[in-house]
Amino acid sequence: MSYPGAPAISFQPRYAPDGTEQDGELLEVSLGPQHPSTHGVFRMDATLDGEKVVRLKPVFGYLHRNHEKIAEGASYLAAMPYTDRLDYFCSLTSNWAYALTVEKLAGLAVPERAEYLRVITAELTRIQNHACVCGFLLQDMGALGTPLMYAFRERERVLDLFESLTGARMMCNYLRFGGCRCDAPAGWLDAVRGVVAEFPRFLDEFEALLSNNEILLARTQGIGAVSAAQAINGGLTGPLLRAAGINYDLRKVDRYGIYDRFEFRIPLGEHGDVFDRYMIRVLEIRESLKILEQALKTIPDGPIIDPKAKLRGFRPKAGEAYGRLESPKGELGFYLISDGGPNPYRYRIRPPSFINLTLLEDMCLGRPLADVVVILGSIDIVMGEVDR
Amino acid sequence: MKSLETLQAELTAALACSLELVPNPAVPAQSSLRIRSDQALALAHFLRDTPDWQFDFCSNVTGIDWPDRTEKIKVKRLVDGVEKEVEETRTVPGFLEVVYHLYSIARQDGPLILRQRTANRDTDTTVTSLTPVWRSCEFQEREVFDLFGVRFDGHPDLRRILMWDGFVDFPMRKDYVEPDDYEYEPTPHDEVLERAQRHYPAGEAAA
Amino acid sequence: MTGSGILQGLAETAKNFVGSFTHPAENLATIEYPEQRQKLAENTRQFPFLVFDGTDPEAGLRCVACQICEKECPPQCIYIIKSKAKKPDFVGKPQFFPAVFDIDLSVCMSCQICVEVCPFDAIKMDQDFELATSDRFQGLLFHKDRLAKPNSHFQKIHPTEAGETDTRRAADLEKAQAAAAKAAAAAAASAKPVATPANSPEAKNPPPASPAAGTPPM
Repeated sequence: MSYPGAPAISFQPRYAPDGTEQDGELLEVSLGPQHPSTHGVFRMDATLDGEKVVRLKPVFGYLHRNHEKIAEGASYLAAMPYTDRLDYFCSLTSNWAYALTVEKLAGLAVPERAEYLRVITAELTRIQNHACVCGFLLQDMGALGTPLMYAFRERERVLDLFESLTGARMMCNYLRFGGCRCDAPAGWLDAVRGVVAEFPRFLDEFEALLSNNEILLARTQGIGAVSAAQAINGGLTGPLLRAAGINYDLRKVDRYGIYDRFEFRIPLGEHGDVFDRYMIRVLEIRESLKILEQALKTIPDGPIIDPKAKLRGFRPKAGEAYGRLESPKGELGFYLISDGGPNPYRYRIRPPSFINLTLLEDMCLGRPLADVVVILGSIDIVMGEVDR
Repeated sequence: MKSLETLQAELTAALACSLELVPNPAVPAQSSLRIRSDQALALAHFLRDTPDWQFDFCSNVTGIDWPDRTEKIKVKRLVDGVEKEVEETRTVPGFLEVVYHLYSIARQDGPLILRQRTANRDTDTTVTSLTPVWRSCEFQEREVFDLFGVRFDGHPDLRRILMWDGFVDFPMRKDYVEPDDYEYEPTPHDEVLERAQRHYPAGEAAA
Repeated sequence: MTGSGILQGLAETAKNFVGSFTHPAENLATIEYPEQRQKLAENTRQFPFLVFDGTDPEAGLRCVACQICEKECPPQCIYIIKSKAKKPDFVGKPQFFPAVFDIDLSVCMSCQICVEVCPFDAIKMDQDFELATSDRFQGLLFHKDRLAKPNSHFQKIHPTEAGETDTRRAADLEKAQAAAAKAAAAAAASAKPVATPANSPEAKNPPPASPAAGTPPM
């Protein structure tokens, strides 16, 4: 294939085309679908030459339920709770991406306070997702239990906030077209302020725990590196793309919602390796906390939903829209086509973790099998979104 | 972003290709260009590599199924020697469409939406794969092949991706018929009831 | 120095370990369920239930079997059969009621859309999560009798929302009673012309309000 930065390693089969045996015995290993490192039901067919990976094909579909078909048979509103179940770590950003696209399609405006609530919930989602991903990544490297439990302890605090705002810890189903479902209950914003103020303490602890750990450095630096050109061409988005040094964050590029009102920086990596991805997530948590602090200071009172928005009998006029936002995993896009009916004619999700797996083979080629586990952990996949 | 008309004119001039502008009434900024499959690859290379455009990032690839539909048209016919306007129904043949959403990371620009159409829905469902240009299309084109049945000419590894290898139909098509996978539910109603009745032909349902 | 990073991490773990004994309130994240229980947030939702007013779950059931929730439910877990007869609702207006109202909890995904679309405040989200059963079909299929819970239960679990609902319903009732009183007065006023000769137009075509006199208006 001719794309920029294509790997120089090519697959050498054991038998040459003329039937003669070549040296080196190849071994096929099926990793998954029930493998602790695959974060769900995901399989990788790896071909090994000794300890080195010479070919690696991901196998999908174990969790496929054809979400798109379900949504095409349901009303616009009825698809909203299903988007929670795409990336169950970040249901609020999935909600937002869908609401954003429908609002684009139907031309709905979102009131100020609802925009603030969206930013607050989305950034809380990002910090809990990134904290857990770092925990999972460290678990994949053998730091069993402790870092993940520390991350989960912090995640619990965020989930408690989600529960008191939306009613559910993970399947929030909170956003509506043109706003949010309900206003924040009394004292909720103060509770968020408390969590935001406490969070840096956890980050310091988490970084002291492992960021200087020699084993961690040895297992992540220089592993799974992709070049900038390769990352763009392979469609990597989110922390993976920024780890390769590309300054592309949709919160800055598309400025959806009200992100242009907040000051925050985009952490960038240099090497595009696992360590950079890990560090970028830790740094992004700190930037998200900055956004949260600003949003909590300036959140206005007011209505939380566009009065024009209809809950039942919602029929946008014919046309199509593609909306995308920066979910914690990368660019989450929704592509909707309306034919004027009560349900979308075409409903498509651009799942970031699925497309981020495109370059999995390139990252793993030539590396020992043990690194595959680490590389996969650094991509941050959720099978609910990969298989849909 | 420069307007689609500019792009259309430039592309037509540079590559001598035919492009059709598909307007989008809901979001006019997201109107798209329909390209011909035999010119798709050259066009994609041009869009990616020309410094003026640099669409280096293919975000989203998806398929759309447009089944055969009937529409009513008015035609002039000779009826009893007199020319009259008669309403006739005619069938518009269906096709499959593949949509590409391109962005430029280098110039922070986009989206540019390209569409390719197949000739029909059953015998000739081939379009040109753009995976050689944008690697990010690889899995997404496989998905379109798997769920819609569009064949991609030039794709390096065109296999089913979400469904299993032995699966025959294409689930995302509008005329897809679900296999009989009825499972017992304590309150059969609506769709479940229909499925139950299909599953247990008369009489057995009580059992 | 090689190993200093590891030692730094071990110190952090040790701090947390010791801290869980010396300062359990800050360092312990878990509680001893089921002996200890966390207070649930007011908004917490699990599965839907049907609200009834008063003490009789049949007579006081707010649901009028309009079947909006059944249509809007994303996984289609609600099953309603409308009654043939009617019963008066809280303002006295005769309404249908659900002869059968089933929710299959094994299908329900707790999305709350039924609650949002209900125009009658009849269906709300419960907070009971200890629903484990050994019969996954009938044990998780809740019928009307099990779904119906009194308004006091709603008051207990969602005080803010229930307070708003009750205020609104009280206002509705007041309005309805005022309208009834007005209609009754109009009926009383129109009762006088009945004494006029029978061939008068009023007697032949009585105003629509008069038959309703004495009973609450529709």
